[in-house]
This record gives sequence, structure tokens and C-alpha cells, in this order.
Amino acid sequence: MSAGSAYNDEKGGSSNTGEPEYGHDPASGGIFSSDYKRHDDLKEMLDSNKDSLKLEAMKRIVAMIARGKNASDLFPAVVKNVACKNIEVKKLVYVYLVRYAEEQQDLALLSISTFQRGLKDPNQLIRASALRVLSSIRVTIIVPIMMLAIKEAASDMSPYVRKTAAHAIPKLYSLDPDQKDQLIEVIEKLLADKTTLVAGSVVMAFEEVCPERIDLIHKNYRKLCNLLIDVEEWGQVVIINMLTRYARTQFLNPNHNESLLEESAEKAFYGSDEEETEEKDEKEEVAALAKRKPYVMDPDHRLLLRNTKPLLQSRNAAVVMAVAQLYFHLAPKAEVGVIAKAQVRLMRSHSEVQYVVLQNVATMSIKRRGMFEPYLKSFYIRSTDPTLIKVLKLEVLTNLANETNISTILREFQTYIKSMDKDFVAASIQAIGRCATNIGEVRDTCLNGLVQLLSNRDELVVAESVVVIKKLLQMQPAQHSDIIKHMAKLTDNIQVPMARASILWLIGEYCEHVPKIAPDVLRKMAKSFTNEEDIVKLQIINLAAKLYLTNSKQTKLLTQYVLNLAKYDQNYDIRDRARFIRQLIVPTEKSGVLSKYAKKLFLALKPAPVFESPFKDRDHFQLGSLSHLLNAKATGYQELPAWPGMAPDPSVRNVEVKEAVPEWTRCSSREKRKEKVEKPFYSDSEGESGPTESADSESELPSEMESGGGSESEEGGSGSGSEESDEGSESGKEKKKKPEKIKVRKTLPESAESEQSGEEEKSVRKRKERKASSESSSEEEEESSSESSSSESESEEESESEPETKKKKKISLSKPAPKLPKKEISLLDLDDFIPTPSPQVTPINNIVSNSLATDLQGLSLTDSALSPTMISPSFSSVKTYELLHRITGEGLAVEYCFSRQPYSLDPHMVAVQIQFSNNTDTEAKSLRIQEPKLMSGMRMQEFPEIEVLAPGETVTVVMGIDFCDSTQAANFQLCTQTRKFYVSIQPPVGELMMPVFMSENEFKKEQEQLIKLSMGHLMGMNEINEKLTMGEKCQSDHAIVQRVTSAANLSRVPCGSDREYRFAAKTVASGSLVLVTVVTKEGMAAQLTVNCEKMVIGTMLVKDILQALSQ
Amino acid sequence: MIHSLFLINSAGDIFLEKHWKSVVSRSVCDYFFEAQEKAVDVENVPPVIPTPHHYLISIYQDKVFFVAVIQTEVPPLFVIEFLHRVVAMFRDYFGECSEAAIKENVVTVYELLEEMLDNGFPLATESNILKELIRPPTILRSVVNSITGSTVFAEIQGVIDASIKLSGMPDLTLSFMNPRLLDDVSFHPCVRFKRWESERVLSFIPPDGNFRLMDYHVGSQNLVAIPVYVNHNINFKESGSSGRFDVTVGLKQTMGKSVEGVIMTVHMPKVVLNMNLTPTQGTYTYDPVTKILTWDIGKINPQKIPNLKGVICLQSGAPKPEENPNLNIQFRIQQLAISGIKVNRLDMFGEKYKPFKGVKYVTKAGKFQVRT
Repeated sequence: MSAGSAYNDEKGGSSNTGEPEYGHDPASGGIFSSDYKRHDDLKEMLDSNKDSLKLEAMKRIVAMIARGKNASDLFPAVVKNVACKNIEVKKLVYVYLVRYAEEQQDLALLSISTFQRGLKDPNQLIRASALRVLSSIRVTIIVPIMMLAIKEAASDMSPYVRKTAAHAIPKLYSLDPDQKDQLIEVIEKLLADKTTLVAGSVVMAFEEVCPERIDLIHKNYRKLCNLLIDVEEWGQVVIINMLTRYARTQFLNPNHNESLLEESAEKAFYGSDEEETEEKDEKEEVAALAKRKPYVMDPDHRLLLRNTKPLLQSRNAAVVMAVAQLYFHLAPKAEVGVIAKAQVRLMRSHSEVQYVVLQNVATMSIKRRGMFEPYLKSFYIRSTDPTLIKVLKLEVLTNLANETNISTILREFQTYIKSMDKDFVAASIQAIGRCATNIGEVRDTCLNGLVQLLSNRDELVVAESVVVIKKLLQMQPAQHSDIIKHMAKLTDNIQVPMARASILWLIGEYCEHVPKIAPDVLRKMAKSFTNEEDIVKLQIINLAAKLYLTNSKQTKLLTQYVLNLAKYDQNYDIRDRARFIRQLIVPTEKSGVLSKYAKKLFLALKPAPVFESPFKDRDHFQLGSLSHLLNAKATGYQELPAWPGMAPDPSVRNVEVKEAVPEWTRCSSREKRKEKVEKPFYSDSEGESGPTESADSESELPSEMESGGGSESEEGGSGSGSEESDEGSESGKEKKKKPEKIKVRKTLPESAESEQSGEEEKSVRKRKERKASSESSSEEEEESSSESSSSESESEEESESEPETKKKKKISLSKPAPKLPKKEISLLDLDDFIPTPSPQVTPINNIVSNSLATDLQGLSLTDSALSPTMISPSFSSVKTYELLHRITGEGLAVEYCFSRQPYSLDPHMVAVQIQFSNNTDTEAKSLRIQEPKLMSGMRMQEFPEIEVLAPGETVTVVMGIDFCDSTQAANFQLCTQTRKFYVSIQPPVGELMMPVFMSENEFKKEQEQLIKLSMGHLMGMNEINEKLTMGEKCQSDHAIVQRVTSAANLSRVPCGSDREYRFAAKTVASGSLVLVTVVTKEGMAAQLTVNCEKMVIGTMLVKDILQALSQ
Repeated sequence: MIHSLFLINSAGDIFLEKHWKSVVSRSVCDYFFEAQEKAVDVENVPPVIPTPHHYLISIYQDKVFFVAVIQTEVPPLFVIEFLHRVVAMFRDYFGECSEAAIKENVVTVYELLEEMLDNGFPLATESNILKELIRPPTILRSVVNSITGSTVFAEIQGVIDASIKLSGMPDLTLSFMNPRLLDDVSFHPCVRFKRWESERVLSFIPPDGNFRLMDYHVGSQNLVAIPVYVNHNINFKESGSSGRFDVTVGLKQTMGKSVEGVIMTVHMPKVVLNMNLTPTQGTYTYDPVTKILTWDIGKINPQKIPNLKGVICLQSGAPKPEENPNLNIQFRIQQLAISGIKVNRLDMFGEKYKPFKGVKYVTKAGKFQVRT
């Protein structure tokens, strides 16, 4: 240090000469004798006009702070530079300010206005950094300013600024806890945010400010689950830990019925018979229901488990651990196993990580031993492991020991005993002892092994063995008198006090088994009494007392001798013990009463000690937490709640429309949007068709629904709900008993199910009507369009005329969840509906369905389905693709087209219309799909089997494919009764999206946001520009719009300029926005811009549109 | 979350401190020093130390202790993982993470720490994002399009490190000849997990620079033969103060690749005073204080098998060690992945230029221990 200061002195002297001098060692800001002078230099530099000097000065100051030197007296000089234009200087000034503002509150206030200005800056990065520094300044006076800034930033356009706002919340809370209520409001708002960037930070704020407000999570639960995989890793950890706690309060224990189930397994097996007997013993049933009822997991519970599982593969150990603890605490026993492998992987990481992971594995392995058994060898100890790790591994090995693997483990332990690390050897011996107590079969083997260790040359080993043997012997002393004898001999050699004490206790306790040796041992001990350690002396007294009681003839004098020695011992414990024992055992006139019972007191049967793992029951702490590791409650630890006895209402997690208003729409209420959307389209044609006829068909419908619903729901459940099928087949059984409940459950797994079912119900009705009317009416274009509008008007009218249906409808809108059976019906209806349109109707059908879609989406309860009001589908002619040629298909020709209507069963799927025509003269039977070979993530909803296709007939069906926003082909087999054809459907990129309505302003805003979003990562990744020359036919507005909309499923966005054309859509699977701009220029030139988060889609779309426009 | 961070060198000097919330006095480190003293060995310092008002969570890297001060409940792995990320970032920026390097770049270090945590919660921990905010001390911005992946293996555990210098938004797909070998994997967040699940290919849009693409583990059922063998004969005479030491390291099949950088280290028992050995190849040293014998063999020539033999001098009067020491052997094989993993091809989508591709396989024995 002295050398350093000398160096600095020299520097200080020459500091005026210029900056290069400082250049190479900014860290040398030592302050010693030249303290005062040096700071003057710095002040001078800070006051100068040159940014380079300022920067240099700031660098030196920051170096001082880093080394913990006090630089607070520079505060006035530094704070002046807070508005400095140079970004490098500014950053360092911020660092300084945050560090010292607390100490210099008054001066710090000078800087506030700069940050307030920064909060209004058009650049999001500057806004964010201003908020970050402002909220880091711990000055209580500015609390109101901070509060205001946070509130404003929470509704900022930029997700990055919103993230910063979330970070600021705990800062303000720690500064002024009185702001809690207001902050909770902000948290509530930010929790509803849909960007992954914000999710982690706001949950962190939630955990710090109001972890008890679990009710705030309900509405956001499914969103959080679905976003989880895309959240940054640190946010994932926080969210997973929070959701673990949440799940514990909301769902039932999946392992609760384990034992009960076994007991009533037989009954459950014959569950179907129960219905017959149900009436007889209904009361009994109710009582037994709780017990007998097979556990059905809440789909939300399943959602959490499913969405966290892939994160076990994360590179971040904390994420893996978080998932592991989630599975441990929440998953059914049979599924917990998956986490073992991941944890074993973590053990190959840094030793600190190993240490924490092993602690958790130790706890888990007590409860779920089977899970780690296959990885037994991963816990073998290397001689190079640190002792901390060795001991933990030993713990795990001990926990894993059972009858089958014990011999391997014991052999491994034997090697450990030879180790040079004595602490570890001692731990190994204890581990052997524990194995011996836990596994009765090997007790004798272990005991023999330990006895052999008694002749080990290392005293520590012997001592530890003695202690362990003592405990083991207590379990079955009678059989082991020879071991006791052997140990008695050891007293001559062994010097470790604990071991000596143990031997003496053993001999005393079991003196009746070794009647000849015991007095002799006492004799020897009496001789060496004065030289023994205290614990040994106490045991000598004990031994003497016990011998006196059993064999007073031989030992009376010896005992008295020992007691006399003890009487004058330096240690008062020993003196006390001696006095107490003498009173107890030696009968005198006064103490006769007690001495009668002395034998009972001393030689009572003592329970054998239990070898317990220090990790037993540690799982009442949330695993992976600091509290678990320390086995003590840390500050701020949130208890893991016990499972509820009865599941709380799951409907609280259903998301209603108000929460789900997307960022890019202004329409706040569904009604409003519906009105806006539909009126201009349908009002003119309203009332055109006969309402009476459709009202009739309508009135028939509900009864059909009901009758069909009960029986279909089960079939549909097993067929379509492949996701739920893993939840056990019992669900089918329960369905009958509790249809209401099941409905709720069944609809839950998808995030967007709520609107779906609402939508579906509508569509079902529509299709029914359509079917009814289309049979009678002609197939003209106008006719069908009027039909769709009539159906629209009907639904409104009928709601007035038919109270029952009205009620129904209301339910469907306000409580979207319990609607599942209808979903199945829609599947059914689809069959009825599909055969009607003849091939040449396809474009018409398209219009119908598109307007239908508009209608439905207007009604829908979701953010994801935005109405494509601006779409002009009539322009776009639908292109058909060949799936199977007439010749290769041996007479069966199959074509498909993308109908551009939303697929009603799953909004994430693209609807593909498939048309079969039978050109042979025999019937084609059972046309169906088999063995879909899909890329990962892709899903397919097959069309229902076509049983018979008569010769010359044509049939059209609709299937849904979730292409996951990729243009990968979906391969599958098309089967008839006799043949199989390998076919594949490859979507053009333009079909992977659906139109979105937005205004010009919204368009611009979204575009800006997309560009900004990419700044944090790589510039320009969200925007692709391309120049093009228009084709000859693309002269008119109309032609351009038509070409673009036929190339891709886009909707036009109104635009002020007549040289610009804007289009918007979002991808079907992930809902990413796709924004297309075409700007025409002089002549035939034009510029095409595509903005999309999905790079690949953007690039491909550019190609397609280019081609379309330049033809 | 993380309240403060102290960097402490092995001499016990706190040479850097950073606070993200209010300032915590550096006297809190006294608890750490206490624990360090108790642990004797640096590696035995418990990673988590409770103190009356705080919790200290530390890691030890490059002879520097990174001690994070925590005030409230937080998953310990969260902090440990973050500290390791800090270390990785320092290595990325300065090439190493030593005390000297940190002191030399103290301002950059401080700025990095400032950006990596906000109010104790990680903000930006990705190298490519940080590098846009804070420039590394030496600006080496190569415009060359090149990708090299070096595959490093240790026993049956390996990693794929990538070094990507590609402009634009390349979408890469890396496929293996034999992905079935991979038993357990973990990925950089850029890897699309679903494609791995279904197709066993690594599909990703890489961040710029060096990063670890994947960690993997090859199941023990596929355990490939260890390419070297060791013949050893170590004994201590019952009476007298000497023993014999005779060790030969030989090659098993290595598919024509040479085994290099072979180093054997042996922790001798305490009673060994000195060793008097003659190697047929390489050099050996014996440190009588730490009792570590190091034999630097270098490259093994299959024709001439290296051997080290000689006499062990024991402390007279002391009983002979009851156990023979374990032999630790390190080696490296260039151009060969012992696990049998082979990269099949690397394709790039989304950009038009032709990238330079290269793969380097390295086998390295991590903890190869021979129990004698």
C-alpha cells in the first residue's frame, strides 16, 4: 500500500500536465497524505470543459468507490455533471449518485429534475435509465415523485421501460413501506402485462411487496404458465417458486389418495357398476365419496407441470433446481422421477452448485428414495472432492441404501474408511452405523466390520467405531457379549475420551452379560480415575453404581473408592454426580425409600437410539430455498402452505375479457367491438330471410344438444382430448357423476379456451342453421351471404323470443368454462355440415365462413381473436392444392385448400379444407388419417372418419393443423379401407396468419415497438426491406391489395397516403404480429417492408409478396 | 436479492466492493474470514454462511472469493449461478478473472456489475447484450464470418462451445451423426428445445461471440474405453523407512490419435519425506510440503511406454501408511471425441453469405483416478 501511495503522490504532482498520465491506471485513486490535494485535482477536472478530463476524473472516483474509499466530499462537483452530454461520463455520474445520494440528500435533490426530464425522453433506453437511477436514489423526500414516475412507466409503450418500473417497485417499497397499497395497484396492472420481458420482474416485485396477495395471481396464472418458457432465466426462477406456493393453495394433493386408493382399488375397478347401486345407498355413497373418489388433477395443475418440465434442460442451475423443487412439492409420485436426472447433471457443475444440490438431494432421497437409486454411482466419492461434498454424498448414499444395494454400498464405504481425510472417515463409519440400523439384514455384517475396525491403527477410526458399535449393540445386547468383551479389552489402549466413555457405559449397562470382566474393568478405571477426562469420569461413576447394584459383593469397596475420588474432583458436575449417586445407592437411615428403587432407576430398559438423518423432515421448507439449506427460517421466507382439504374454486383463474384487452386494441368492451365490427357489414341485409323458419330449427336444437351431449362427451373426450388422456381414465367415470365439474376441467388446459367455447357454441348454432337452410335454398352467392347475416340476426332475435336459449347464451358468455360438451357437439355437427357445399361452392363457402368468422370473433372473449373487419375475402380466389392425384390415388382424388377461416376447435390451428372425390365405380370406405408425422410442437386435429364415399361423390372436410408458425410440411397417411397413401400438406407462409384489424395509428405504434424491441438483441431483426418493380397488371389500388391479400391472409389497414398500403395479421400459432407496408414510388418501383418478430416468417413472406406483386 | 458483493483475494484483502441497495459495512466479511480460517482448505469454505443479520453466499474462482451479501430469503443456487455468470463475463471481457485483471479494469468491472443487477435482481446477463452497453477493453470486432465449435470431453461428460462471428440473423441447425449417444443435455436458451425433442438437432439463432451451446452427458452404458491404462506397483516396507514406486502409463486403442499433455499427480501420504525417482520420459517434481508428486509426461509415444520408478523415503519411526495413494491422470486427445459424438453438419438459414465452418474435437480427462 505504501508503494501505491508513493506512486499516487507522484501522479498527483504531475496531474496538471494532462490526461494521458492518468490513462493507464484509473484504479490508483489512493488517498493518503495527499488526500486533500488530490481531490482538488479531481474537482478541477470535473469542472473543466473537456469531456475527456471529466471522464478520467469520474473513472478515478469510481475506482475509489470500488475499493471502498470514501469519495463523498466530491458530491457537489460530481452532481453538477449529471446533465453532461457525454454518455460515458453520465453513466459514471449515475454510479456515483446512487452510491452517495443517501448521505447527501439535499444535494442529491439537485439532480432530480434531470431525471424527470429523462422520463419524458422519446428514447426508451433513456426513459428506462432515468427511472432506474431515480428509483435507486434513496431519498425519502422524492417518494411522491418516484411513485408518479413508476405509475407512468407502468403504462409506458415500451416493455423495457415497464420492466424497469417493475424493478423500481421494491426499491420504493423498501424506502417507504407506507406506499404498499398504491404499489400493489401497480403490480396488479403489470401482472396483466403480456410480454415476457416484464413477467419475471413483476413477479419479483410481487414477491417482495405483497407475497400474501395470492389472489392477484389467479387471473394471470395461465398466462404466466404459458409465458414461462420464454421468460429470461432469472425471472423463471422467481416465477416458478411463486407458482409452487400458489399451486399449494389452489390444488389438491396429488398424492393424498395414494393409500386410500389402494385400499379401495377393487371398488374403483368396478366403478361402472356403482351407478346401478347408486340409488340404494346414496347416503353411504356421499360419505364414502371423499375417500373413494379417484383423484383427478386440475388441468391448471397439469398445465404448470407440463410447462415447467422442459426447463429441466436449462443451462441455469437455479432454474433446474426451481423446477425440481416444483415437481417434488407438486407432482404426483409417479412423475417426480424426471427431476433426478437433471439434478445428477447439476452435480457435475461447480462445487458450490454441487453443495447446494446435494443438500436438496439429501432431503429428497429420504422421501423418494427410488428416484435416485438408478444414479447411485453418481454419488460415489472421489478423493479429490472437498470434505463438505464428501459428507453430503455420504448422506445421500446412506439414504439410498436398501436390501438390494447395501452390499455394493458397504463395499464402497470400506474404501472410504481408508481415506486420509479423517473427518470423512468418521462420517463414513457413522454412515455404516446408520445403514446397519435401517437394514436389519446387514446389521450383523456391519457390526462385524466395525469390530474389525476396532483393531485399526488409527485411533480416531477406532473411537468412532466404538461409538457406533455402542449404539448398535443397544438394539440386541444379548447376542453380542463377546463383542462387549472385545471392547472391554480396548480400554487398555484406546485413549479417545468419547470412545472410552462409550465402552464404559456399555459394560455398565450390560454388566450382567459380562459378569466376570466388568468388575475388573472398574478396578482398572478406579486406578486411572484421576487422569481421565470428565466424560470418562462420569461414566466410571455410572459403571460403579451399576455394578454396586448388581454385584455389590465384589465391587462395594471399589465403588466407594471411586465415589470418594469423585467427591473431591475439580469439576462440580462430577462432584454432584458422586453425591447424588451415593445417596441413591448406598442405603442409609434417611434415604431408604429411594435406594429401594435404585436398581429400577439405573438398570431400566433404555430405548435404542435412533440414527436419524439430519435431513429428515427438512422438506417442510421449500426445497432449493436458503431456509432449507440452513434448516432455519431465513428473513422473508414464505412458508410453503399445506395442501387444502378441498380444492378452492378453479373458476377464479378463468380470464374474462376485461383483463385480456390486448395492447393494440382500444376497444375495451366486447359489446362495443361487436357493434363496431358487425353493423356496417350486416345491417343492410338484416331481416331478409324468414326468422320463423330458423327459429324453429333453433328451438329444436337445444334438445338435440342435450341428448347428444351426454353420450358424446365421453367419446369426444377420449378422441380429441389427447392432452387430458394422461390424466387417467378415471376421469370418464367421474364425468357422469359430476358433469358440471368435469366440464370446467376439460376446457381449461388451453390458455385460450374460454373464448373458444363461447365461440364454438355460436358456431354450432350457426352451422345447424346453415345446414337447415342450405338444404332448402339454392346455392347462389348472394343467398348464402344473406344466410350468414340472417343467422346473425336470428341469434339476436331469438335471444329475445326464447327465454331458455337466452339464458343459455348468457351463461355461455359470462361463464365460458363449463361448456365443453358443446365442443364435442360442434365436432359432430361439423360432419353434418361439411358434405353440403359442393366443389364449385368453395369460394362462396369461403365468404360465408369468413363473415362467420368475423361474427364469431366479434363475440369472442379473447384478445387473440381479433376481428378481420378490413379483410376483403371476396377478392382473393382460393388456391387449391393437390394432395393425392386421381391416378396415384387409384381413382380417389384429394385436393386441399386453406379456407382462411379460423379453425373452431383450436384457435392455434390453421384450418385446411380437404375435398375427396371418388372417381371410381365402387364405394370408398372409411377414409381417415393415420400416423401423422409432425415436427415437434406441431399438432393436428384430424377430420372425423368418412365412412362411405359413393362413386362419383365428392365430400369436403375440415381439419386443423398447428404448424407452429413454420412452413414445415405436415406428413401423414391417408387411409382408405384398402390402401394407404403417404401425403403431406405444406402451407404457404401467407396461410400461417390471420387478419387483424387495426387503425393506422395502432399500426404505426406496433411497428415502432417491433423495431424497438429488437434493439436489445440485434438491430433490425424485426424489419425486412426490399425494393421491387411492380408487375404490369399491378397498376390499380385494387390490384395491389388483391395480390397482397391473396398471397397472404392479411387485412388491409386504412391509410392516409394513397401511395402506401398497409396490411396486418398475426400468426395463427403464436399470435406474433405481422405488419406489411407497400409504398409505391415513381414508375413501377415500390418498396416493401415487413415487420415481424418471427424472422423466418418475415423473410418468407417478403419473398411471396414480392413474387405476387412483380408478376 | 443480492445486496452487496465483495471480492476478496487469497490474502484476505477486500479489493472490490459493490452495493446495489444501501451500503453494507465490509466488516460483514469478518464472518467469512472466520469460516475460512475454520475450513483450513479454501475449497472447504461453506458456500453459504449465516451471520446475525445477513447471509453470505460465496464462490471461489481463480484465487478470488466472490462473496455476495444477502438479507432475505433467496434460492442459494440463484446467487451462486449468478456469481458464476459474473465470473464468466469477466473472463469474456478480460480473458481471465484474476485479481490483477479485475483491478486493472476496475471501472469496466463496476459498470458491468451495475448493468448486470438492478436492485439486486439480474438485469442483463447475456454477453452480447452487455457488449452493446459496455465496450470490452480491447475492441476486436472481427468481420470475418466464421464459426468454430470446439468439443471438449471429460470422461463421459462434455460440452459444445461455440464461437460465432456471423453478421445478421443466421438461423443455424447443427446435427449429429449419432445423437442417441447423448443421454442428458442442457442448453443455452437460444436452442429450440422442441426441435431437439423431436428431431435431435440443435436449431438456434446464436448470440454473437463465444458461448456454451450445450452440456451433455453420455450414458454409462455407452461408456467408451478409457484410452490409457496404468500399471502401478507402490509398496511401503513394513520395517525401515523406505518404499518402492513403479508406475507405467500405457496406451490402449486411440484410433491413431496421439495422447498428449499427460500429467500424473499423486497425493502421497504424510509420512513420505521425499522421493527419488527416474522417469523414462518427462520430468517429475515432488513437493515435500504439500506431499504432491507431479509427473509431467507430455506426449505418449506408443513405441516407448513411459515409466517412473524409484525409491520412496519415509519418515523414520512412523508407521507405514496403511493405504496406497490414488493416482490422478490428466490427458488430452486432439481430433477425437472419445464419446464417439460426431457433428454431422451445420446448416445456416436466414442469411445469404457462406459461413466458414469448423469443428474441433478434444478429449480431456477430467477426474481420471486410479485407486491403488
